[in-house]
Amino acid sequence: MELFEIIIKILIKNPLVTAFAVIGTVILTSYTLSKYLTKGRLNGSSVAILFGLLMAYAGGSITGGSKGISDIPVFAGIGLLGGSMMRDFTIVATAFGADFNELKRSGLAGLVSLFLGVLFSFTIGALFAWFGGYTSPEDITTIGAGAVTFVVGPITGAALGVDSSVIALSIGIGVVKSIAVMVITPLVSKVIRIDSPREAIIFGGLLGTTSGTSAAMAVINPSLVPYAAMTSTFYTGLGCLVCPSVLYFAVAAIL
Amino acid sequence: MVIYGVFLLAICYFAGLFVGEVTGRLVGLNANVGGVGFAMLLLLLLCSYSETVKKNLQNGNFSDGLRFWQNMYIPVVVAMSATQDVVKALRSGWLAMLCGTTITVFSLCLIPFVSRITSSKDVVKEEGSD
Repeated sequence: MELFEIIIKILIKNPLVTAFAVIGTVILTSYTLSKYLTKGRLNGSSVAILFGLLMAYAGGSITGGSKGISDIPVFAGIGLLGGSMMRDFTIVATAFGADFNELKRSGLAGLVSLFLGVLFSFTIGALFAWFGGYTSPEDITTIGAGAVTFVVGPITGAALGVDSSVIALSIGIGVVKSIAVMVITPLVSKVIRIDSPREAIIFGGLLGTTSGTSAAMAVINPSLVPYAAMTSTFYTGLGCLVCPSVLYFAVAAIL
Repeated sequence: MVIYGVFLLAICYFAGLFVGEVTGRLVGLNANVGGVGFAMLLLLLLCSYSETVKKNLQNGNFSDGLRFWQNMYIPVVVAMSATQDVVKALRSGWLAMLCGTTITVFSLCLIPFVSRITSSKDVVKEEGSD
């Protein structure tokens, strides 16, 4: 077992390089499986992301932590590689080669989808909260905000001073949404047709959740990533802005 | 030189985050409002309009570094999916599960609708300005 210990020690000492090796293995395996097992019907990136979610589940079950596989010390580097810093840095890099005119042409669509997206998610979240038995406008607003993204939920909840169990529920809804976007979007992209920059912009604005939309776009069409990212990165900001203020007043007025 | 492209990327990244942070403060939030979006816009504008950047892109000074991180996007997204709180999502109860998936499905259905209503308006606007 000496040998095993040596390997573990090296891996733990070099977290980022370990992450490169692990993710490289996952992607290589996924693309091979996609090519030979599903004959390309299930996209390689899609398989890789499903693998990732499976690893996240395994990590979370073993450690009881909230950061998936990266809570296991050997895989800590995956948390760095897949953290918000690298995610945002690579998203910015995707803007290289995007067409500025395409953005200008779809500016209105982007704005409309952003406002509609936040309002729509919030409304459905608030309705679910109401049917789930929550009656105070603060609770309903927080749960609606969680339905926008799992970042907006706790920010709104903290601003309105709600109970931590309500905040936990709002985060839960946001996390489910984010993962649902990753998994469901590629399955229906043929029917809904997200195949132009304009639709990508609308997709980013309506769904918003950055992790979900960035993963989904990587599967559907990597060249459309910058367009979806452009709107989705404004979505959380808009949510943080309107949920604890305008939307809270609206909910309070309706009740 | 790979580092020049990465440097340009880093500069845009920080400039964007700074603008996002200032925007956040201006609207009374202690959060970054659209920082990544501003960073992308800045990079896009530089690549489209700045003569210096365009010249350096042509002779390959910038493109290697930019392209490397662009291609690292999918691996980063896979790593990101491996660090999601999947256990929490699966254990969050029927309300969260049902609510999260309902929103996703209905929002996706809205895409063609928004595309249609905004495309007619965009055409009208373009005709008006021409």
